Amino acid sequence: MLKIIGYVIKDLLRNRWTLFYLLFYLLVGFAILIFSGDFSKSTVSFLQIILILTPLIGTLFGVMYYYNSRDFIELLLAQPIRRRDVFIGQWLGVSVSLGTSLVLGLGIPFLWYFAQYEVAGDQFVLLLLLGFALGTIFTGLAMAVSVSTDNKIRGFGYALVLWLLMAVVYDGFLLLALIAFRDYPLEKFALIATVFNPIDLARITILLKLDISALMGYTGAVFREFLGSTTGMILASSVLILWMLLPFALITLIAKKRDF
Amino acid sequence: MRTFITSWCWVLLYLTIVNWAYAKTIKVCHNCDIRLIKQAVELADTGDTIIVLEGRYRESNIIIRVPDIVLIGKGRVVIDAGKENQAVVVFKSPNVTIKNLTIKNVPFNSTEELAAVNILYSNGYIIEDLIIDSTFFGILVEQSDSGIIRGCTIRSGSSIDVYEATIGNGIHLCKSNYALIENNVITNMRDGIYFEFVSNSVIRGNYSYENKRYGLHFMFSNDDVYVNNRFEGNGAGVAVMFSKNIDMHNNVFKNNWGMSAYGLLLKEIYDSEIKHNVFIRNTTGIHVEGSARIIYEENDFVENGWAVNFLGGSYDNYFYHNNFIGNTFDVAYFGRINNNRFEENYWNKYTGYDLDRDGFGDVPYRPVDLFTYMVNEIPETIVLLRSFFVQILNFAEQVVPVLTPADIYDPKPLMQKWKWSGS
Repeated sequence: MLKIIGYVIKDLLRNRWTLFYLLFYLLVGFAILIFSGDFSKSTVSFLQIILILTPLIGTLFGVMYYYNSRDFIELLLAQPIRRRDVFIGQWLGVSVSLGTSLVLGLGIPFLWYFAQYEVAGDQFVLLLLLGFALGTIFTGLAMAVSVSTDNKIRGFGYALVLWLLMAVVYDGFLLLALIAFRDYPLEKFALIATVFNPIDLARITILLKLDISALMGYTGAVFREFLGSTTGMILASSVLILWMLLPFALITLIAKKRDF
Repeated sequence: MRTFITSWCWVLLYLTIVNWAYAKTIKVCHNCDIRLIKQAVELADTGDTIIVLEGRYRESNIIIRVPDIVLIGKGRVVIDAGKENQAVVVFKSPNVTIKNLTIKNVPFNSTEELAAVNILYSNGYIIEDLIIDSTFFGILVEQSDSGIIRGCTIRSGSSIDVYEATIGNGIHLCKSNYALIENNVITNMRDGIYFEFVSNSVIRGNYSYENKRYGLHFMFSNDDVYVNNRFEGNGAGVAVMFSKNIDMHNNVFKNNWGMSAYGLLLKEIYDSEIKHNVFIRNTTGIHVEGSARIIYEENDFVENGWAVNFLGGSYDNYFYHNNFIGNTFDVAYFGRINNNRFEENYWNKYTGYDLDRDGFGDVPYRPVDLFTYMVNEIPETIVLLRSFFVQILNFAEQVVPVLTPADIYDPKPLMQKWKWSGS
């Protein structure tokens, strides 16, 4: 499996896609830090990128890479290697190279910024970690979707719909639910609903680290108490890990059943 | 009658001159005949001057009972109340001056308001250049008119996480009119400056920061002016309540950040003017509740959570030529419009255009966006803060307003930041 991961990473490097991705993040990172000036503000801008772009790019990349390397995968499947290892290897290879581009692409501007101004950088580290996790999750989900169908268009469509559901529509339903049940105490519900979407979970975790959390009033206090506590932290991170394990399980299951 | 008055005047003049001529100076120091300030105060007659020389005086409950006394420190004079009682009390003695002293260690008491300087029933007091440290209350003035408190530094000396009720107020005036509070620095008290039933007074050039509750607190105090003050990082900001005719000019409200912190809290305020103030990074810039006929002119609201939060029962508030820059929410609004108006303000979130180049946007600006409206109605929806979906909704609502109150809008939003007129 390690060999496959290594091969995928090498392939992506040769493709220059990761390099392009890295350059894009570098550009965005420097641009935001230079032009926004205010530290807390730039964190919020980065948050938007991490929440929207990282999952989207992960999704697109996952699908694209899978369909592009169909021939190679078929070749590998003919070899005496476990099917699971082939697909999981592909997934991990793509997400590691994407994640590295993200961490380097935003990390270098951060380091440059810290060298100039002495500010606490723990929220940036958290931002990178969450970005990495989101990228991995969405690449995996996209791979799972594309493994399940040979039709490229359909695969792309499903993967994009999945991203749309998680990044946009989920919040819409959450909002509808909050409005529909406004007569009930909703903090607990909001908390649970947020924890079970990785994008929302990442958003809230970062927001609670910023001063903007004072705006969140009583609801924010409930969140802070929960996510600040050890059990909350453990639960939140285990939900993220579960989300990362979900593509793993899906890919293994589909790959086992499918006839290639 | 006239002769009667004239003769009285003569008598008064005579008395004053005699007094003045006979007014003596009492020196207090460690090697003098009089070693305690208390002794000096007991010896002093009307119009005397007590000069305290440099040194540390461990005494408390110094009570001045004669008028026209001047108590003045030379060099660094420290009065250490030793956690026993209040330090200096002026009781029914008009025109007393207290100057250039350091007062320390006034203890907490749960039944009495022990203060470093306590002025009771004494008009015309002047308190200048005091440094008050480790105290329960700082300067407490009750039923005394026409006084001046100037250039004092007051701090409680308590550690940060002490319970609010165990700290007193920095400068506390109660039923004392015509006061001038000028150039004081107050920190770490409960309320920096607290006015109860104080009218026709001026608060000028003070710096009140990191107090547990309010930097400045007004209750039932009419016709007051406060200008050029800075209020920074106070637990709950500044509160002006149940008062009329207050002028608030050129103040800075900064970093009053927290769950229930306001830059400026207005409750039941009528006929007032808020002009040339700067509100930076407060959770809520101005919180308006039940207030009427207030003019907000040429203020800057920068990077607040909510720039302005309107609650019910506010009538005829008029916002004119203000700058709203980088606030998370510009205006939150509950209830009916009630003739509150926004006109010719600059909103950095305004995305309209100005085709005729008259400096005003051609489409009105609606400061209450959909998300602000929703958060007001259902506080839990704040969990969707900065969500992509909400941003899409906001945009859609801005193009075609459906839910947000249609009558709160600025008909002539400025295209460029408004420059204050000469202040």
